[in-house]
Amino acid sequence: MRFLLLFSRQGKLRLQKWFTPIPEREKKKIIREMTTMVLARQPRSCNFLHWKDLKIIYKRYASLYFCLAIENHENELLALEVIHRYVELLDKYFGNVCELDIIFNFEKAYFILDEFLLGGEIQETSKQIVNRCIESSDMLQETMEEYMSKPAF
Amino acid sequence: MLQRFVNTSNAMSPSVPLQEMIRAIRSARTQCEERGVIQRECAAIRAQFRQADNGGRSHNLAKLLYVHMLGYPAHFGQMECVRMIASPRYSEKRVGYLGAMMLLDEKQDASLLITNSIKNDLSHSNQYVQSLALCTLACMGSAEMCRDLAPEIDRLLRASNSYIKKKAALCAVHIVRKVHDLGELFAPAARSLLAEKNHGVLHGAVVLITELCERNPETLERFRKTVPDLVQIMKGLVISGYSPEHDVAGISDPFLQVRILRLLRILGRNNEAASDAMNDLLAQVATNTDSTKTVGNAVLYETVLTVLDIKSESGLRVLAVNILGRFLLNNDRNIRYIAMTSLQRIVGTDHNAVQRHRGTIVDCLKDQDASVKRRALELSLALVSATNIRSMMKELLLFLSSCPLELRAQAASGIFNAAERYAPSQRWHIDTILHVLTTAGGDVRDETVPNLIQLITNTSELHCYTVHKLYRALLSDISQQSLVQVACWCIGEYGDLLLRGECQETEPVQVTEDDVLDALETVLQSHMSAPATRGFALTATMKLSTRITDNVDRIRSIVSIYGSCIDVELQQRAVEYNALFKKYDHMRAAVLERMPVIEKNSPGHTNGESTREAVKEVQPAKVKQAETLLPQQPASQVCDLLDLLGGSEEPLQPNPAVGSTLPVLPVSTSSTAGGDLLDLLGGLEPTPLTPAPTVTVYEKGGVTLTLSSEKQSDSGLTVTLTACNSTDSDISSFTLQAAVPKSVQLHMKAPSGDSLPARGAAKVTQMVALSNPNKVNLKMRIRISYTSQGSAFQDTVQVDSFPEH
Repeated sequence: MRFLLLFSRQGKLRLQKWFTPIPEREKKKIIREMTTMVLARQPRSCNFLHWKDLKIIYKRYASLYFCLAIENHENELLALEVIHRYVELLDKYFGNVCELDIIFNFEKAYFILDEFLLGGEIQETSKQIVNRCIESSDMLQETMEEYMSKPAF
Repeated sequence: MLQRFVNTSNAMSPSVPLQEMIRAIRSARTQCEERGVIQRECAAIRAQFRQADNGGRSHNLAKLLYVHMLGYPAHFGQMECVRMIASPRYSEKRVGYLGAMMLLDEKQDASLLITNSIKNDLSHSNQYVQSLALCTLACMGSAEMCRDLAPEIDRLLRASNSYIKKKAALCAVHIVRKVHDLGELFAPAARSLLAEKNHGVLHGAVVLITELCERNPETLERFRKTVPDLVQIMKGLVISGYSPEHDVAGISDPFLQVRILRLLRILGRNNEAASDAMNDLLAQVATNTDSTKTVGNAVLYETVLTVLDIKSESGLRVLAVNILGRFLLNNDRNIRYIAMTSLQRIVGTDHNAVQRHRGTIVDCLKDQDASVKRRALELSLALVSATNIRSMMKELLLFLSSCPLELRAQAASGIFNAAERYAPSQRWHIDTILHVLTTAGGDVRDETVPNLIQLITNTSELHCYTVHKLYRALLSDISQQSLVQVACWCIGEYGDLLLRGECQETEPVQVTEDDVLDALETVLQSHMSAPATRGFALTATMKLSTRITDNVDRIRSIVSIYGSCIDVELQQRAVEYNALFKKYDHMRAAVLERMPVIEKNSPGHTNGESTREAVKEVQPAKVKQAETLLPQQPASQVCDLLDLLGGSEEPLQPNPAVGSTLPVLPVSTSSTAGGDLLDLLGGLEPTPLTPAPTVTVYEKGGVTLTLSSEKQSDSGLTVTLTACNSTDSDISSFTLQAAVPKSVQLHMKAPSGDSLPARGAAKVTQMVALSNPNKVNLKMRIRISYTSQGSAFQDTVQVDSFPEH
């Protein structure tokens, strides 16, 4: 996988994860192109697009578009499952997740993503394990903070 | 209000400062206001960074990261990330590492500074801290960092818990991608990881092994031994009972299944033994996987890709193609799309298998979705064959009339190629091209016009039909430039057939000379006509002056009007035509005579494009020459003919197009004529001992004419023509005449004789001395005349290139 973008229907970026090193200017350009391309798609179209030498898999969940770029030899249908899995993880964590959750708790969305994907590949295929790890990390943060009697992050 | 964002379940408490800032930014009503808020916040954050540890550091960095996501500069946070990563507090490390992944990449200098922290954290006692380090390394580790930390990663691969092992495996993948040589380091550990039960670790191991095999063929050889293990693991997943931890809609760990299938593909490719070992498993997966949901289809898709790529037995291959066929009928558009991409890949190798699904594929041309349509078009074009050309073309033409704009050029081009290769009849071919021009004339390539003109010229029996059809098309619509150009050309060329009013192939129209001239004038005057099109129309009008009888004056006046046209090209033409009327009227008939048959693939003209392209693109190479022959004829032709009349014995007369094209002129030398030439050269100018290369320039009706040439000096060339008769009857009065371009001087020596006995018993040779001081592109037109069995024959051939000696 090359990158994952989440953006709203107005094209506002909510999350960006890049799996290969890309200059800042290039990233901005790609984001613009992706949002333009994906937002222009008809409602019941195919979820796959071709862009340069990559395949773009996108899916809309409520007011958010999830846009995943994969290499040509990767499985598109599985990419749809990857997106769905991430949404499920967010949903479990936030309880009925919506766009606002991701806006106001963006750093947590990243933490969850980093337990699910790593270096552009899937690192854990079990939902329960990912959730448990996030909980434990959160717990660690809270208890360590309490222990050190400083305000929690 | 805050309640909304404080999660009741298991989420940790949110950062109040962060959320307040986010709310403040979002409540800004204009871009300007937002910028103001952000500037203030950034100033505050900067100030905070400069202060000593105040317990709010992680909030500040998180705020900065949010601002960064909105697109504002945040580079001043880089050093703060470095500091936070080095902090002992987990909360600070967490945000610090996140910041590093967002703000630092391997190109920034600051990234090197975190190498030490990562190294330390990799051996931290707490696995979540280790995890942060691993994650960051796999995300943005530079080649140097990777080299530095590789041994540590290898250690973690072997001795740690599953949580760390799975991350270490993917970290190793990143390292190998950055520093290829390090692959060797991880191979042994990767091998042993396959024995793990934990799915996360297993998945990581499969990914790592895949990466190693893809990079190094030797490693691939070694890992082939793991095929039985992989097959076992896969079997376990497929036939195992319900496992709540990994189940997705009835499929047990589809992510892992797909990765294993991909690895099997790589290992089985080009290897019989490995492919055999996985045959049964693949069949099992293909038949047992539930295909009602996307996830099942994802696994089936990967299975199909694997089957088609390895050396699978034919039964399995058929099974795979059938799965794709089923996919084509699936309601889900995504499934149809990937079915077509897969079929496209195998249409070359498994053509017949794919043909069986042609009907469904053609139906997909009518799908609403643009991506699906595109795939269906490509696949349909690949499936056209001599047997299905008529029905396929109907579908393709139907598609063309309603297809989205971005696909039209591709569709038109594909249709032309298909028509060119498989046209069942010439009339069908011409009809098809005309149909395309009427529907999508604006999207066809430029070569279409000369190609079509060549096709029409060469189909002499359909000239009448073609000109009638084109005339009718012209009357109804003059907006499609390509069509109008071809129509004008045909009317100019075959206007007499149009006026004659009779036609075998189609319902003739009663057309008067005025009607025809009206049509052409409409094109000339219309604002829709491109300059090139008007050029065609003007030339056509001029040509009609020799084909009509009553309205020549009208033509004269049209031509003289355009003599003062603003468009320089039109003006030049009009002036030349005027001159033709006034000073060279005696030549007008000859100049404007019927075009001879245009040769296909005439050598000697370089065409930067397509001679190296795949079979499909046969067209573009040919007719650059025809292009130059067409609209510019009158001027150059006048000159050529003047030469002809000066240099040869009698004026050449029009040669009726004979329906089939003359043979291709090979440029390569032919070795057989060598001996003959040595014979010929006795008694003539001193020649080198090696035989001159010869080409066959004419071969028809049993008469063969070969040509060889020899440089005498910088501008002098001697051409030897040799004729031979392979028919059963003798030929008499055999004469050759030649014409060359203006600046070239020609001198024909006496021929060796004028009779060609039957069955090649003797040959006739004739030498031609040429002098080309201006080094123009040398061409020669040769007229062959002879008598055989009491009838006279005549033919003309044009030579465009002379074999180099």
